[in-house]
Amino acid sequence: MADLKRSQKSAPKPSFINDPKVRGLFYQFVVMAVVIAFVYVVAKNTAANLAAQNKSTGFDFFFQASGFDIFFTLIPYDRASYYWEAFVVGMLNTLLVSVIGIFLAAILGFILGIARLSNNWIIAKLAMVYVEILRNVPLLLQLFLWYTVLLKTLPGVKNSLEWFGAFVLNNRGLYIPKPMPDATFNWVIITFLIAVAGAFALKYWAKKRLEQTGNRFPVFWSSIGLLVGLPAIVWLVSGANLAFEMPTLQGFNYKGGLSLPSEFMALLLGLVLYTAAFIAEIVRSGIAAVDKGQTEAAQSLGLKDGDRLRLVIIPQAMRVIIPPLTSQFLNLTKNSSLAAAIGYPDLVSVFMLTTLNQTGRAVEIVFITMMVYLILSLVTSAFMNWYNARVAMVER
Amino acid sequence: MAKKYLAYIRKEIVPEQPAPIASKGIVGWARQNLFSSISNTIMTLAGMAFLLWILPPLYNFIFGNAVWPGEGVTVEDCRAKGAGACWAYIDSRMTFFIYGFFPKDAYWVTQEGFIASIMTYWRVNAVFAVGTLLLVPLMWPGLPHKVLNAILFFVVYPVFVFFMLTGGVFGLEEVPTIKWGGLTVTLIIGLVGIVVSLPLGIVLALGRQSKMPIVKGMSIMFIEVWRAVPLITVLFMASVMLPLFMPVGMTIDKLLRALVGVSLFSAAYMAEVVRGGLQALPKGQFEAAASLGLNYWKSMSFIILPQALKHVIPGIVNSFIALFKDTSLVAIVGIFDLLRAVQISNLNLDWGSKNQAITGYIFAAVVFWAFCFSMSRYSIMMEKRLDTGHRN
Repeated sequence: MADLKRSQKSAPKPSFINDPKVRGLFYQFVVMAVVIAFVYVVAKNTAANLAAQNKSTGFDFFFQASGFDIFFTLIPYDRASYYWEAFVVGMLNTLLVSVIGIFLAAILGFILGIARLSNNWIIAKLAMVYVEILRNVPLLLQLFLWYTVLLKTLPGVKNSLEWFGAFVLNNRGLYIPKPMPDATFNWVIITFLIAVAGAFALKYWAKKRLEQTGNRFPVFWSSIGLLVGLPAIVWLVSGANLAFEMPTLQGFNYKGGLSLPSEFMALLLGLVLYTAAFIAEIVRSGIAAVDKGQTEAAQSLGLKDGDRLRLVIIPQAMRVIIPPLTSQFLNLTKNSSLAAAIGYPDLVSVFMLTTLNQTGRAVEIVFITMMVYLILSLVTSAFMNWYNARVAMVER
Repeated sequence: MAKKYLAYIRKEIVPEQPAPIASKGIVGWARQNLFSSISNTIMTLAGMAFLLWILPPLYNFIFGNAVWPGEGVTVEDCRAKGAGACWAYIDSRMTFFIYGFFPKDAYWVTQEGFIASIMTYWRVNAVFAVGTLLLVPLMWPGLPHKVLNAILFFVVYPVFVFFMLTGGVFGLEEVPTIKWGGLTVTLIIGLVGIVVSLPLGIVLALGRQSKMPIVKGMSIMFIEVWRAVPLITVLFMASVMLPLFMPVGMTIDKLLRALVGVSLFSAAYMAEVVRGGLQALPKGQFEAAASLGLNYWKSMSFIILPQALKHVIPGIVNSFIALFKDTSLVAIVGIFDLLRAVQISNLNLDWGSKNQAITGYIFAAVVFWAFCFSMSRYSIMMEKRLDTGHRN
């Protein structure tokens, strides 16, 4: 009896060596020591190697003239520009192709994902064949293939394909008219931004009204009217002028307009087609994950087909779709680094290849490049987590 | 009051009528799946128009106008106007695509016939053959001795491959890794990637689930950093910075650098797959293991991991598909894999013609596709087999 009482008072104390807490601390100490030792040895070796190769270190190279040209830049840049400008050019090019790619891949992916679930046999099978082919071939190979196809099958400069005298396509790229707004046109742009804000306010108001009165307001069409009408009125009233600079053949090449080089087109094509195949699968499984009872419940409530999809099915499917979709968007951004292989001047190509070769600052440049992608990933996933939390199921 | 009689009573059963012609057979199927509504009909017609637009030129390029290998077929046939894919070029470069610059066997290269053509590269072919012999029973669900088989494939086989290909022992001629190439290297990177990344991934996943804050923090950091950066930067880091990490004067093999990069990279992805399996296990399993008095490693290796890993076999296969596709990136840092071999051959003027490069890439695409597609089918099959129907 006395023994029982004592054991109830306090648990039997294990010996010092067997105490899980002590052991945990010990193991962590060992792991820490191994990692620190590893980092120390690596750092020491690196310093010794760099010293042996007479290589200087540091980030001062950022303010030296780069001395190389980049054929596709969003900001003014030439060979007298600094390395940090080259870095910015590369980063902007990466962002450009990623943003456009994500936008197009999402659209194509949703269309393909819905097509795979279509009742129509031909459409469903076509989508399936597309997905199974595209996602089982390495992206790098697809990029090479598209690049070669663009270069070999599109006509040369002299036989360029022209549409309306404004769009020109040849094996050097796509040329489109460049908008040249005058000073007053800024007011049209400002009005457009106001109209965007107005459309959001309208949507908010319409939702409130729907909840209170049950009456619907045609948000979509009125928003379109707002977005198109308001800037159009300001445009006409203010007399702003929007001229277009057309691409024209001068000598051996097209000058003027906006030019999108073949490298950009091939990269965009490859990224969009490849990622769309994965997004299609995500969308398909997301829609398939919504219980059939939800469709039946929506029908029994008397919702129209469009409303059923918009109000019942898609919001629930989105919860399943968003997390993997985020990682696909990130994948597309990371895969845009394959640009280096076909010569599109993205961050990796400009910074990690050319700049590294010229300056030899391997450690610094690899570190910075990785940090850029790391930050890009963290920002995107933070945003997507926020969005995901917003649409997450509110359970009772 | 008149008696009511039924006017007609059927005495025998009516013979079964065939279903209306519009609802059975191919017509019924078409009505149901292709022309059930106006919008459906429009979509069907659009789909057919698309097929009519894309299939004939594609067929003509790949089969119809293609130049097939044969007697007297030369590069001139590929250069002819209207010629399609130049398969004769692929055929002539086939051994290069598979074996790269691997030296031919001195005796067998002088012999003729089918056996001699296999024995010319007998060292590489032996590696392929043993690998297939070990892999097939490992993947075949019903066969016994899985543990022994796995040990043979994941531990013994890589050692065998190493000695067989590098040589320098048992009287085999020594072959530097620079001479390895083509599909052989692609498969080797894939093999090493899976052999290293699976155990490393398991350790990282366990570390991430650990209660020790330092171990957990380091695992999370490792996994998240590798997953956030593109593989190409990892490969560059491996090829540029690994030599700097070594003691002064020590060099590190180029292929080995790429292998380190690929393995670490895919270990991070593998860790997340395994973590999924660990998290899917009901808590009762952990508690049951603890109540049996098993320590951490025993409970992990006898109770937790066998169940968790079995759950995620499809996920492991999927990340292996991704790894296999990613191996093509080593071409950028100058490793001679299948894609690089095709690229180099495409510059070969002996077969220089308009469609040479496209044909080469299509061939590489078909090879990669065949591997990846069969793996994904296997993954789907395993998913169905492992789905026992009772979920917690």
